[in-house]
Amino acid sequence: MQMSFKTFKGGVHPGDFKSATEKKPVVPAKPPAVAIIPLSQHIGAPCEPLVAVGDEVKMGQKVGDSKGFVSAPVHSSVSGKVIKIEMCNSALGRPVQAVYIENDFQDTWHEDVVPNPNWQQLEIDELKKLIREGGIVGMGGATFPTHVKVSPPPGQVIEYVLVNAAECEPYLTADHRAMLERPEDIIVGLQIVMKVVNAPKGMIGIEDNKPDAVEALKKAAANFPNIEVHALHTKYPQGAEKQLIKVFTNREVPSGGLPSMVGCVVQNPGTCIAIADMVRFGKPLIERNVTITGSGIMEPKNMLVRVGTPLEEVIEQCGGFKSNIRKMVLGGPMMGFSQPGPENQPVTKGTSGILCLTDQEVQLYDIRQCIKCAKCVDVCPVSIMPLFIGSSVEQGMYDKAEAYNAMDCIECGCCTYICPSRRPLVQWIRMSKGDIAARRAAAAAKK
Amino acid sequence: MSIIIPAILSLGGLGLLFGSALAFAAQKFAVEVDPKVEMVQEALLGANCGACGYAGCAQFAEEVVAGKAPVGGCTPGGAKTASKIAEILGAEAPSAEARLVAQIVCLGDGDTAKIKHIYDGAPDCKAALMFGGGPLACGFGCVGLGNCVRACPVQAIAMGSNSLPIIDVNACISCGKCKNICPRQVIEMVNANGLHHVRCKSRDKGKHVRTVCERGCIACNLCVKACPVEAIRMENNLATIDSYICTNCGECVEACPRTTIV
Repeated sequence: MQMSFKTFKGGVHPGDFKSATEKKPVVPAKPPAVAIIPLSQHIGAPCEPLVAVGDEVKMGQKVGDSKGFVSAPVHSSVSGKVIKIEMCNSALGRPVQAVYIENDFQDTWHEDVVPNPNWQQLEIDELKKLIREGGIVGMGGATFPTHVKVSPPPGQVIEYVLVNAAECEPYLTADHRAMLERPEDIIVGLQIVMKVVNAPKGMIGIEDNKPDAVEALKKAAANFPNIEVHALHTKYPQGAEKQLIKVFTNREVPSGGLPSMVGCVVQNPGTCIAIADMVRFGKPLIERNVTITGSGIMEPKNMLVRVGTPLEEVIEQCGGFKSNIRKMVLGGPMMGFSQPGPENQPVTKGTSGILCLTDQEVQLYDIRQCIKCAKCVDVCPVSIMPLFIGSSVEQGMYDKAEAYNAMDCIECGCCTYICPSRRPLVQWIRMSKGDIAARRAAAAAKK
Repeated sequence: MSIIIPAILSLGGLGLLFGSALAFAAQKFAVEVDPKVEMVQEALLGANCGACGYAGCAQFAEEVVAGKAPVGGCTPGGAKTASKIAEILGAEAPSAEARLVAQIVCLGDGDTAKIKHIYDGAPDCKAALMFGGGPLACGFGCVGLGNCVRACPVQAIAMGSNSLPIIDVNACISCGKCKNICPRQVIEMVNANGLHHVRCKSRDKGKHVRTVCERGCIACNLCVKACPVEAIRMENNLATIDSYICTNCGECVEACPRTTIV
């Protein structure tokens, strides 16, 4: 029986381009010769290195940690020797400090990595500690530390844990494959989160263009009456956190607020698997599913890649770039970050895909004047008016952009996708968000 | 006919009534404006550029008359406007200072500067810098996406064919808006009387500059040695000419092996 859901306002229907990899099982990638472990792979305070050049490290050993609450430790994904601590490139374009570890290919686990045979009896605080120590962050791409997400402020009652398995970004299939190959682990991870936040109900939402994944998870969840699996309408951005909450509960997260304010916690299936691995086997987050796809790559694949594997090595294992490659994007085409190049940059906890686009796929247009057709207003899932923010930013008026609620933008890119004048609206909004945040911080510092 | 006459009478009557009411209100509630404010506003250029720091020419005029803004506050107007304002206010005209004009302190265009990667996002210098530190291999050079062109209130800046903006120094009103908006700070307000300037901002070592730009300053010190009046000094691997000492002799231009000084 199909339960009908209220949908969210707006959204677009881009082509999904998933056929290149959706039938391909996840294959493990070769471990890197030199692992590059960035010390900031999450939103929040960057880690301090815990190792020095020349130190021997083992697989799963913590190599960086921070005292900040909104932060997550990073672990070595190989065993070997620290050769240098230097800057490497990051997806966001600014260099970050990273620990370079030369692999000895022994894969000896660190002594801290111990399974918890009685994981089902662990207390909530112990589970929270495990999630933090495992360096687990949101693996959909935003990389928000999970232990923060599952620690709502006192007084907020969590009713639902939602698993965001929509995978609404075109091209990406990493979560889809995870759902087909490890559905039981997703359920285990979800149960752990439900226990930690004391939520009575868990719900999994999958876009209805993945009927096999719906089937697999329904089967895995059959014995758990408190977990529901639902097929969702295929629409971008169905997998945006606040939109998913609206779809499931018809509640709206207030402007500037967090999902816990409306009694929800949202997790990605990849994160659920990472939580299950950490809690049951003590295995920190050192590898993740990555979709390497696009027509600019020789052999599109879904791979289980160790965090810290240089992008160049991953691409090499997929046969390399085609000669007419034009653009490389980390993440999906709608929200991913296009990159100057694969040099000196590793796969991190947030790398859901490596998208290689050729000159046929990348089309450049001249930016025209806004014709005020308001298509961007129609598709905007958070009901802001991208056209006015865009024009304000174009003229350098960031205060006006703030007045038009630029900070509420979830950067889904629907406005840029739909704009007939090809205006880079979401890019402008992102720019203004940086500026507004800096000004707010300066104003706060003054006080 | 019988309709038109009452219509004319009633409308005309209403018109008369409202007209006299307005005339009365204009007399009764008139706001006293200092005639000096109007005269000062007349003397200003009226570009509303904001170079004085006020919202526009009208506000500047009010502030000058109130004695809160300096008589020479209108940079675009220069000495001429300042003396006019001084005359109106009966104040002393400030001594004439050298006119400042905006200048792009970079010569790295599409031919001479090395490109690290192609940027095809939003055409905004700031956005380009967010993407991998900008498309240029040089960490100091002009990005060339024209934030200054859009900021100029008098269209004195145009984008050259080689993605380096060209400033029309005669049209420049010294408002400094381009200087303030440039995310790379490659625009400087320079003395309009000085003919020669070091057109580079790179504080990198000469060896690195050589690899990223054909016209960047490599801190070779030849200009410092060539200058007969010691107007050039070398700081942080970058030569700077003090245009108030400079005699425009052109020795440094001859000496510069990289044609950075023009």
